[in-house]
Amino acid sequence: MKNYFDMELLRFTTAGSVDDGKSTLIGRLFYDTKSIFEDQLQTIENSSKKRGLTDVNLALLTDGLKAEMEQGITIDVAYRYFATPNRKFIIADTPGHIQYTRNMVTGASTANLALVLVDARNGIVEQTLRHSFIASLLKIPHLVICVNKMDLVDYSEERFNEIVSEFEGFAAKLDIKDIQFIPISALKGDNVVEKSPDMEWYQGATLLYLLEHIHIGSDYNHIDARFPVQYVVRPYKDEIHDYRGYAGKVAGGIFRKGDEVMVLPSGMTSKVKSIDTMDGELNEAFPPMSVVIRLEDDIDISRGNMIVKPNNQPNVEQDIDMMICWFNPKPLQLGGKYILRHTTNEVRTLVKEVVYKMEINKLQRTREDTEINMNDIARIKVRTTSPLLVDPYKRNRFTGSVILIDEATNETVAAGMIV
Amino acid sequence: MINYQLKHLDELESEAIYVLREVAAQFEKPVLLFSGGKDSIVMAYLAKKAFHPGRIPFPLMHVDTGHNFDETIEFRDNFVKYLNADLVVASVQDTIDKGRVTEEKGIHASRNMLQTTTLLDALEEHKFDCAMGGGRRDEEKARAKERFFSHRDEFGQWDPKNQRPELWSLYNGRKNMGEHFRVFPLSNWTEMDVWQYIAREKIEIPPIYFSHEREVVVRDGVILADSAFLPKGENDKVEKRIVRCRTVGDMTCTGMVESKALSLTEIIDEVAASRITERGGRADDKRSETAMEDRKRNGYF
Repeated sequence: MKNYFDMELLRFTTAGSVDDGKSTLIGRLFYDTKSIFEDQLQTIENSSKKRGLTDVNLALLTDGLKAEMEQGITIDVAYRYFATPNRKFIIADTPGHIQYTRNMVTGASTANLALVLVDARNGIVEQTLRHSFIASLLKIPHLVICVNKMDLVDYSEERFNEIVSEFEGFAAKLDIKDIQFIPISALKGDNVVEKSPDMEWYQGATLLYLLEHIHIGSDYNHIDARFPVQYVVRPYKDEIHDYRGYAGKVAGGIFRKGDEVMVLPSGMTSKVKSIDTMDGELNEAFPPMSVVIRLEDDIDISRGNMIVKPNNQPNVEQDIDMMICWFNPKPLQLGGKYILRHTTNEVRTLVKEVVYKMEINKLQRTREDTEINMNDIARIKVRTTSPLLVDPYKRNRFTGSVILIDEATNETVAAGMIV
Repeated sequence: MINYQLKHLDELESEAIYVLREVAAQFEKPVLLFSGGKDSIVMAYLAKKAFHPGRIPFPLMHVDTGHNFDETIEFRDNFVKYLNADLVVASVQDTIDKGRVTEEKGIHASRNMLQTTTLLDALEEHKFDCAMGGGRRDEEKARAKERFFSHRDEFGQWDPKNQRPELWSLYNGRKNMGEHFRVFPLSNWTEMDVWQYIAREKIEIPPIYFSHEREVVVRDGVILADSAFLPKGENDKVEKRIVRCRTVGDMTCTGMVESKALSLTEIIDEVAASRITERGGRADDKRSETAMEDRKRNGYF
């Protein structure tokens, strides 16, 4: 490994139903890339023995909490890490039970790629559709369908093609740019890290090769310049007494020194005087860099304001349409007030209408039953106490996403994608 | 064409800086937990970057078990000076003297568990509403499900089944009176990332991370540094070995590894080749399969 310092980072999410071999697949990726350590292997060997298993169960590597081990199921999103000489990987490993849609949404929110497992014997099932729909809803740029357990269908090309065309029929209704299919056997290792000797009819890449080489450079929005101000840096030191910098993470576009900019909501314009970091000034900043921007003019700017370009502004809106996924056991209250967090801004909001609820399994909308319970996905309309600076989620995942918070319990009750 | 794609260390750095700034913006009185170990050193260094050219807008706090490697305290004081930050020391000895906890007995006695009480007392005394820690999700399986912003009830307890969902980079730090948060800016870093970053940024670290000769006691395969604090049993033999620390904590339970690594490059090569996780050498994690989870539930870091 020579290029230690300049590897790319790929975040992906894995989802699958119970028993379709997701944990085995992760175990296999770790094992074949030598990312399992001896003491971890020792721990799962002990756990396997304790449960009376004869073989070491690679799936145990991904079981974490005591409650999960007792119940033999995964409850929460677990984050896992491995690296190859080409890339670093962060896996958001989410459980596949129906009641855990919220975990899948959580894992998907930060992912560049979603990996969905299909059991070759069962083909496309309800869960496959659910997972793929969520990947599409959360605008994950790349979807990889792993048709697993190929060894149990005699490595049949025909079976694989059947599943591919079945899925493609459904995928036409989804909004995903890049969908790929790989026939694998996680248990035997076919097409995971090594090419399968039993599927010569498959000309495509192995899963690991795909993960290592898929192009992720254009996953961020590099067009619409957006800089939500997070924190104002005012050192009050004698030598830099007048220093006033705006700290934040670039949420879209590219900012360059000298650029003409506008501050919202005030509408005042100025120029970028400098882009500062502790390592010195930068000529330009792009997502997702955390920097400090200074402006030529002394304008009153605080957290929650946004620096943009005058010729490319976000929508300024108080009535907002969004798709939500509901996370809380207490149902959504129509007419209820919630706290809405968007970029670095927090406002109060009122739920005005449930437009429809999504029946994910049929990809159908229902307008009759609009009670929104935990794990439901719906389109709603809200009104906020003050205007928000928003983009459609489709255009920008940073400036198009919100969370809703219950005012009484402070719990995060929903994730919202602005339409 | 210019490639607008951040490399992994830059992306992790940016993410951590974002989280540190979010803490400063969302909490009234946050504190950064500083142990003198490499992870908290990197976290404090990132805090300096996050607010540059301003000062770090929160103090550092060292929960001091009193069982320190000599090098740690000297390093701590110099590093705090370099950061131009404020330091609060919360002492486990004081907690024992006040009768809040009782020292463990026997050869496996450690002050690691007692730290939790000292930490919770100090948070209450100083009215800190958020404590940032250098914990990483790759360290231990109970940590794999931890959030960046981890909510704790008024008893400082962690309920793994009732955590807030965390989406995008929208962190919800809202809480009721008396409750507080633990925040982990380095959540997504691996041990390798931390070492690479230390090397790239040329960050000063305590000399005990590098290979040296030391008197040690080897117990159940764990190499422990010999000191006045280490209770010894009949079968314990003090011997000399060439070792270094992979983690730095309380002297009585921090396992050392045999190593000849004298430079950061050598450490990175060693970590790349290692077949044992860094916590594999920690006596405190060996107590049971869910030792870390149990400690976290009770309010540990």
